[in-house]
Amino acid sequence: MFWPAKSSIRRRLTVQLLVIAAALSLVFFLIVRVIADQAATATQDNILLASATSISDALYSERGAVTVEIPYSALSMLGTISQDRVFYRVSEGGRTLTGYDDLPLPDVAPRAAQSRFDTFLYRGETVRSVAVSRTVSSGGSNVDVTVVVAQTRLGLALISSRISFFAAIFGVLFFLVATALSLLAAQSALSPLERLKQSLQRRGAHDLRPVQAELPDELTPLVDALNNFMGRLRASLAQSEDFIAEAAHRVRTPLAVVRAQAEIALRRVERPENKTSLREMIRAVDESSRSAGQLLDHAMVTFRTDALADDEFDLAVVTKSVCDHLLPTAELKDILLIQQFPDTPCPFRGDAILMQNALRNVLDNALKYSPADSTVHIGVDSDDQGYRISFNDQGRGFGSSDVASLTQRFSRGSNVADIVGSGLGLTIADEVARAHNGRLEISSNPKGPGACVSLIFPQP
Amino acid sequence: MRFLLVEDNIQLASAVVDRLTLDGHAVDHADTISAAHACIAAASYDLILLDIMLPDGDGRDFLAAHRRAANKTPVIVLTARSQVSDRVGLLDLGADDYITKPFEFSELEARCRAVLRRQGGVADNRRSFANTVLDSMAATLSFDSTERNLRNRELRLLEIFYGSPGQIFTKSHLMDRLFSFDEEASENAIEVYIGRLRKKLEGSAAKIETVRGLGYRLVAVS
Repeated sequence: MFWPAKSSIRRRLTVQLLVIAAALSLVFFLIVRVIADQAATATQDNILLASATSISDALYSERGAVTVEIPYSALSMLGTISQDRVFYRVSEGGRTLTGYDDLPLPDVAPRAAQSRFDTFLYRGETVRSVAVSRTVSSGGSNVDVTVVVAQTRLGLALISSRISFFAAIFGVLFFLVATALSLLAAQSALSPLERLKQSLQRRGAHDLRPVQAELPDELTPLVDALNNFMGRLRASLAQSEDFIAEAAHRVRTPLAVVRAQAEIALRRVERPENKTSLREMIRAVDESSRSAGQLLDHAMVTFRTDALADDEFDLAVVTKSVCDHLLPTAELKDILLIQQFPDTPCPFRGDAILMQNALRNVLDNALKYSPADSTVHIGVDSDDQGYRISFNDQGRGFGSSDVASLTQRFSRGSNVADIVGSGLGLTIADEVARAHNGRLEISSNPKGPGACVSLIFPQP
Repeated sequence: MRFLLVEDNIQLASAVVDRLTLDGHAVDHADTISAAHACIAAASYDLILLDIMLPDGDGRDFLAAHRRAANKTPVIVLTARSQVSDRVGLLDLGADDYITKPFEFSELEARCRAVLRRQGGVADNRRSFANTVLDSMAATLSFDSTERNLRNRELRLLEIFYGSPGQIFTKSHLMDRLFSFDEEASENAIEVYIGRLRKKLEGSAAKIETVRGLGYRLVAVS
């Protein structure tokens, strides 16, 4: 049987069970009908035979001729069945003694004490007939007399149709009961799969712990394979994290040496051209370390969004910790961080490390592009819609650059070529926001200089 | 101030030691965790700079042991690992702050200062010249029993002058010390800050003098 590749097991099972139930109902109906027909026919045959026998018993010979007086009972017993019409014919060697001349005789007369049943069309109606023979002594010779009694089958058809009707009703009832039972059977057969499905749905896409539902033997290999796969994925993710951490260490340590040595050399050299080249060198180190760092951070963010941690934390607390951490950096440029947090807690579920990284990237950007002696406003707003964490600076803004493209990898504003940056900071923030069902909103301050970057999260 | 630097990379360590020494700090260097334990047992420090990946163990274990021993010396972790992987853990283990390698010395200084300020300061954080006293932790300049608050850059600039009174500092030297390398700064910016400092020093026996063609120096008003 053809089934589409993507089909429902439940539908398949149900349809198969229903087809079987339908076939069984039909067979039941047919068998009942055949048996009923046979029983009705046998009853009619018996009565016909009794009638014919009683007629043949009434044959006698009188003055050398075979005579018959049809006994009343012989025909009345037929009448008891129904309003069917009765035909009879008594013939002696082809000559009709009494009855219907045209009632056909059997081709071969039955032997004595034997009967012959037949069904044929007579006078436009199907009739059932029986023929019996009897040898009558008449005038010293033996004469073979054949008695034929026939009866239409209307009553029989009535009985048969009534039985068929009931058989059909029973067939349909059987089918309906079978349908209900099939649905129940499919339901119960599939309930372990349903349990597995629910257990997988409940845990969310990022939960890589093994599945531990109670499942039948048939599903064990599947679940084992699934658990095995999740285990390998978990190990591979952990390995990647270790690898990225190690890579960051390997790249950053030598850069730190170069940078530190260059800064000291800058203190010691006198000639302006030497100072200029050392400054260039430090800028290049900053650029490469920042790019390498953010590339690795970005890789880590990608990994972690695949297996998002499910921490409970307070968005305002995390934002405050990020501000606290960057406060010394801000002070270096005499930038004032004005922080505004709601009085009520801001509970949130997600990956706290990723969130911290995203917020730090945004604030780091704001500080980097802010002039000395300026102010950065950091605000956390909470309402029934959700949370908005916004960073407003008085920097140069995003100029004429396409604000939407700024979150793309390695895309930087058109007015920032003189400042070290990798173009990944906002990308990271954007990806983290989206991993938490939120979004990053970037706008230039319409009234004067500055930019506003907000992370917006719906209420969990 | 007295620093303990726990760092296994010799070149980086020597650069950090050189730089902190240039600024007048005393620095002990330990290249392993066991050496660090020995240093702590022998002397007391104002601040510990701790690397995470060390040859004989994880710096975080040292940190945990340090805190278990109820040692209050603040710790700033120098980490080269990815920013995403283990920062939170560092602060949970009792680090006071962290800085990612490679770092700018001025940022390291700023973080040291912030950590020490949170701790309540150290004794030798005042420098005096003529009748003025510069308090780095409180970021104040006082003379004649009046106190003036200093902004961060004003303080750092004054620290340079108070570190070597009478020495001439060129504008470019001051720029390198004051501005980060990705900042677009002109020599005019230095003049602005010198102007602000002169205002704050007005009325005291100290002044910042322009040495034509060379730079600036701190001198006492005769």
